[in-house]
Amino acid sequence: MNETLTDKLGVLFPDNRCRQVLDSIVMDVAPDTLVRTMERLKTYPDLGFTMLLDITAVDYLTYPEETSTRFKVVYVLRNWSRNWLLQVVVEVADPERGLPSVSTIWGAADWAEREVYDQYGIVFTGHPDLRRILNHWQFKGHPLRKDYDIRQGQICFETDSLEREIRARLATKGVDESTMRDINTEMMFLNLGPSHPATHGAIRIFTALDGETIMANVNEIGYLHRGFEKTAEHRTYNQVIPLTDRLNYCSALLNNIAYVKAVESWLGLEITERAMFMRVVLSEFFRIQDHLVCLAANLVDMGGLTNYWYLYNEKEASYDLISRLTGARLTSSFTRIGGMYRDFYEGWEADMEHQLAAIEKGVDDSLSLVLQNRIVHDRTQGTCLLPAETALSYGFTGPNLRASGVAFDLRKDNPYYHYDAFDFNVPVGSTGDIYDRIMVRFEEIFESIKIIRQAMKMIPDGDIFVFDHRYVLPPKEQVYNRIEGLANHFKLIFEGVKVSAGEWYDSFEAANGELGFYFVSDGSGRPYKLKVRPPCFYAMAGFHTMVEGEMIADAVINLGSINIIGGELDR
Amino acid sequence: MSLTLFNVILAVVIAISFVGLNAAYLVWAERKGAGLFQRRPGPMENGLWGLLQPPIDGVKLMTKQLLIPGGVDKAVFITAPVLAMFPALVSFVTIPFSDNIIAHPIDVGVLLIFAFAALGSMSLLVAGWSSRNKYSMISSIRAVSQAVAYEIPLMITTITVVMISGSLNLTDIAARQLDGIWAWHIWPFQDDVGFNLLMPISFLVLFVCSVAETNRAPFDLGEAESELVAGFHTEYSSMGFGLFFMGEYANIVIGASLTTVLFLGGWSCPFGDLGFFPLTHNVGWFLLKIYLIIFVFIWIRWTFPRTTIYGLLNLSWKYLIPISLFNLLLTAALLKVF
Repeated sequence: MNETLTDKLGVLFPDNRCRQVLDSIVMDVAPDTLVRTMERLKTYPDLGFTMLLDITAVDYLTYPEETSTRFKVVYVLRNWSRNWLLQVVVEVADPERGLPSVSTIWGAADWAEREVYDQYGIVFTGHPDLRRILNHWQFKGHPLRKDYDIRQGQICFETDSLEREIRARLATKGVDESTMRDINTEMMFLNLGPSHPATHGAIRIFTALDGETIMANVNEIGYLHRGFEKTAEHRTYNQVIPLTDRLNYCSALLNNIAYVKAVESWLGLEITERAMFMRVVLSEFFRIQDHLVCLAANLVDMGGLTNYWYLYNEKEASYDLISRLTGARLTSSFTRIGGMYRDFYEGWEADMEHQLAAIEKGVDDSLSLVLQNRIVHDRTQGTCLLPAETALSYGFTGPNLRASGVAFDLRKDNPYYHYDAFDFNVPVGSTGDIYDRIMVRFEEIFESIKIIRQAMKMIPDGDIFVFDHRYVLPPKEQVYNRIEGLANHFKLIFEGVKVSAGEWYDSFEAANGELGFYFVSDGSGRPYKLKVRPPCFYAMAGFHTMVEGEMIADAVINLGSINIIGGELDR
Repeated sequence: MSLTLFNVILAVVIAISFVGLNAAYLVWAERKGAGLFQRRPGPMENGLWGLLQPPIDGVKLMTKQLLIPGGVDKAVFITAPVLAMFPALVSFVTIPFSDNIIAHPIDVGVLLIFAFAALGSMSLLVAGWSSRNKYSMISSIRAVSQAVAYEIPLMITTITVVMISGSLNLTDIAARQLDGIWAWHIWPFQDDVGFNLLMPISFLVLFVCSVAETNRAPFDLGEAESELVAGFHTEYSSMGFGLFFMGEYANIVIGASLTTVLFLGGWSCPFGDLGFFPLTHNVGWFLLKIYLIIFVFIWIRWTFPRTTIYGLLNLSWKYLIPISLFNLLLTAALLKVF
């Protein structure tokens, strides 16, 4: 399959070097041909890379091998229908001069380039609004550069008025204020958030209102930015796992699994069958939790508080099961490279089956309040539309993308962990309105329950760890009684799992969409660079296209329907 | 002290304590009701079934500091909560709890209630306006457009009933419906007007309007906590907030009473006059009816999500007002014919 892509790229771009890394093709592109190449990659029907998944940069300042330039920028592209993944690598000779912006080609590039600029100081010429995004606007320096010391804190406190940005947005929207001036009135600017009941965290949604209609919208994020990527560079690979808990904290275990899967796939580590099935069961269980939280909060935003209890009660009860299994309710940290932290406890099947039945009942009860409810229909159908093309351009993934009618699900399209052996459907919406997003999540809960039931029947007995002590801690009696065990233990704890040098991208279908990890390893036990591709960062980047022209009340429920999780958004 | 003055003071004290107790315990009932619909116990900790929760909440509210944010229009800001409570209190004067329990029978009782209801929505306007908060202002604009839209069908429907009964006095209106359940105005057949199919629909119109007039879910757009934080009372703390809260529940009782008197026979027993314990009997039926209606209010609140402002206004201007106007004309014609 990737052979054909390599052939096609070889014909179309004969000057560019291509190589295969895991299941993606990496292509080097010269800066001056970047925009033209990208346009062709997107628009040529043979290639059709409609999605820009992520943009990130790598700073090779302290990399052991010599590189021609200090910075490289990596664009991760996807053709979802053919399961092609392409990384375009561009060398940056001078970050001040930077690279040409591709934000006219993909909407997703807008925020992605801002993030690269913020973290690495690489300028994108032609970008409409190149500002910091995760760090505060008063912040000095670029934190992900290798010469920025991790202990170098800065105190920034002045708020950003955003008025210039929203006026620019009004101008691009072509909003005519002359009628308003004629009747002696003006546009009202309203902040929804950062502290607002609807933001479920801290996001600032800045709107220009005509009455209650949103004429323009600019969003400010970064309130929960805690330097995940910088911290990860100073931890061993296993020590990063607790950090991943805090990405999407509604489905912490999914992040754990996604992270270790990304590391294991580079190491070529085949985990045991039991561990694989455990990961399937747990990731589907956490997908359900994530959807329950999202739906409950979304319906509360609409004013339907009773739904909250029907859905959240089951989520609470599930957390009891989760805490019995992992020892923690929220931050599970349950995976390790090479397997799982612990096996299931005795009698977990009964608990799980009991909980699944309870979830089915809670969801059915909630659906009985929603499905035939005229008010819900009136409010959600046809509002905040997200056409498939816009969704792809902005890099929407997961349930949000599927609600727009694009049946892209990594579990089906690029199966891992035997997902191709399970019988499940991918629910797809028709118009991409709020109703579709709600219903896709409701349906996915039932599909996930189906997968768990199948996996529970198939789960084999056996070990949950690979016994390769280059990666996995030896059992305690070996540590205490044998010198090899002790040495393995010591090296793994102090130096971490040694990961051979290289750069790779691996992705996982998380509850919110494609959760990707871009790694650069220098061969040591700590990641040289670790970039997360959080699904809701790109959903938030496209938020303004959905709410402009709608009412405040619609914007509020739309924010709930795309499921923004602050921890993942801001990292 | 003369007997009249004593009577007046007694009536006022009873009215205020009735309103106050009702407001406090309706909050409790609302929370218990929410618990019932949401499979949770509701207030449990203070007293039996949490029955001591309302007085404790009251004490808490009264001992809190009354914060007045900088830059507000102070006089108006302080007046607004009083303005919310006062009309509700006065409206109770004309509510006939039974044939002889009424604070002061007024010949234009219906008119008085509407006049004070309008004053009540005024309080939301000034509260939102004086708070100097954009959310509050949006909320008060919503509340006023909602009040304007829903007072019209409410009044037209009431006029229909007034035409049938030929009186603006609430006691007279109720007294017409004393002969058992079939004499109530809710049914499509009336002695004087023959057969008016639209009467049950009029009742529904009135009921919907009273839900909207009291700013209850699904029409609680003024508060809309997920969009406008807390709406017009965002900036109010302590008893300022408490008065808005009590005013809201007092208005619910007024709305339920009005519905009962206009359509459900007031204090009449559904089985006709049974002839025993006339005093408690009558009041008992009246209270039973209003609390049943309030239960339906609570039920609706915890079942439906909030509408949008356009949905709300469309419902009134496109459906409720034409229906009620049509019924008014039909009733007038039928009155002329029969």
